[in-house]
Amino acid sequence: MNINLAPVWVIAEQVEGVIPPVCYELLGKATELGKELGVPAEVVLLGEVSGEQKEKLFHAGADVLYQVNFPGFDKFQTEISSKIISGLADEIKPQIILIGSTFLGRELAPLVAARLKTGLTAHCIDLVLTEDKILEQWIPAYGGLIAITCPEKRPQIATVARGVFPMPAFEPSNTGQLIQVDKPEDIVSRVKTLEIIKAEPEGVPLEEALTVVAGGAGAGSQEGWKQIEILAQTLNAALGSTRPAVDEGWVELETMIGQSGKMVHPDLYIGVGLSGEQQHMVGIAGAKVMVAINNDPKSPVFQQVDLGIVEDCREFIPILIKKLKEKMVKPGPS
Amino acid sequence: MLSIVVCVKAVPDLTLADKIRIDPDTKTLTRHDIPLVINPLDRNALEAALVIKENQEAQIIILSMGPPAAGNVVRECLALGADQGILLSDPAFAGADAFATALTLSKAIEKIEQVDSVFCGRASSDGATEWVGPELAIFLGLPVVTMVRKFDITAGNSWRVKADIEDGIRVVEVELPSVFTITHEVNTPRTLSFSGIIKSRKKEITTWGLNDLNVPEDQVGLKGSPTIVSSLTVIDSKRSCEIIEGTQEEKAAILINKLVAAGVL
Repeated sequence: MNINLAPVWVIAEQVEGVIPPVCYELLGKATELGKELGVPAEVVLLGEVSGEQKEKLFHAGADVLYQVNFPGFDKFQTEISSKIISGLADEIKPQIILIGSTFLGRELAPLVAARLKTGLTAHCIDLVLTEDKILEQWIPAYGGLIAITCPEKRPQIATVARGVFPMPAFEPSNTGQLIQVDKPEDIVSRVKTLEIIKAEPEGVPLEEALTVVAGGAGAGSQEGWKQIEILAQTLNAALGSTRPAVDEGWVELETMIGQSGKMVHPDLYIGVGLSGEQQHMVGIAGAKVMVAINNDPKSPVFQQVDLGIVEDCREFIPILIKKLKEKMVKPGPS
Repeated sequence: MLSIVVCVKAVPDLTLADKIRIDPDTKTLTRHDIPLVINPLDRNALEAALVIKENQEAQIIILSMGPPAAGNVVRECLALGADQGILLSDPAFAGADAFATALTLSKAIEKIEQVDSVFCGRASSDGATEWVGPELAIFLGLPVVTMVRKFDITAGNSWRVKADIEDGIRVVEVELPSVFTITHEVNTPRTLSFSGIIKSRKKEITTWGLNDLNVPEDQVGLKGSPTIVSSLTVIDSKRSCEIIEGTQEEKAAILINKLVAAGVL
């Protein structure tokens, strides 16, 4: 293939028959990059999903949909998937591959990159083409942003979390070509998923929440953290966290907001006992009102919010919860 | 006897890491001498190996790539109960991205006579990438399970583990030898003991450089890294902040009123 026509790829993964939203968002970005480069945007779909989901991939801008299908793909199958993707990439030679920062994507991407002997950038918060048509992959670091590039090796591979790029417009008139890829002979997986146990997700998903309460190391203890949880429940908000809170074991990794966690777009963000580290703050986009509660008046978080309260959150949060509950009992102007 | 390699990264002390900053004027990094400590998640990986060793005959080999000062981190792992340490240190290894790091580690693991299992922390606290474990698996031709939160069965040639996925877990069976990346959920790492420190004095740390590994110079360090940092910038996330004053009760009431007035409550 003419190198100048090397496509931009998106990997459409699935677990138990569902393509996650981030794959459509990435396809929107891939279509944009493809237009700028004058090349097609293509999707590699692993396994079988509903016809409706395949249609959606075309409507979101896929020019070509490669489908590789055999049983087992729905069970988190990265070993076989990475072999198939790298085999197909050797043939088609995409210049860019975008993969969602999902649990599956985070296992799959490095397997594909290592097989293709190329670079991989983690959890980008922006993707921009340079004048030389090289992909700048922006990530937060050292209190700012750094651009990672992969100047020589191809493809250029990046993972991106849900919510970094908007959902594309789905145009029912968009069509593309569906190409069934033969399953390679004789591939055995040494890793077998015996069972997938899903818990009912609690409360509002972070990525969709209109109100987000995020807690950090300032919670001080599991009991302190409990108060932040109650504040979130009282506000009907999604509960988020920073890495230190996760590292303390107060809360699950899945609640972490930021570059290597979730991206949120709330109307109201309340940061409790956290210092405003870049890694966390880049995860909050376009909040109408941002509030910080921190006992250190010099904390950098106060430069990044609209309303600040200088208090020890362990004392202040119970009072705030009490006031909020009173407010709910007697609605109207107070 | 089971042989477990635990990959350990010496990272800048997290509590001091914010001293490395992008200078807004020069767009370069301000550098300070920040002490190196063990990457927190690698402590969980080592602890997982130590727990396995409590229940079956096993040897634990620590493998780390870094400057000579990273030897202290390897020594600490020996004091925690690991049996041997290998430090990969050579000016040629400097500036490696995840790909070159994984390749270099794989060349060292190939030199170790018997390896049944390779443990890595889920991610590193400084780079925040998670690629070294899985890329290592590819270079070694081994399977990998990432985000392991529980080791259910670690006897025999087929291990059973639980790993994190969105809103749940997956139960996975994998053939040894295999690579595992480990979350902090798996255990609470032990702390150093005096007797451990004394015992570790007799344990050996081997240092390997470029010439000890079967790898060309252009495949390690900066030269062997497909990715580079091409530019850096500062972000302007400043908002003008109003600090709410008053008693704690007043502050709470004022905050609620302001949020209601702004239409977000």
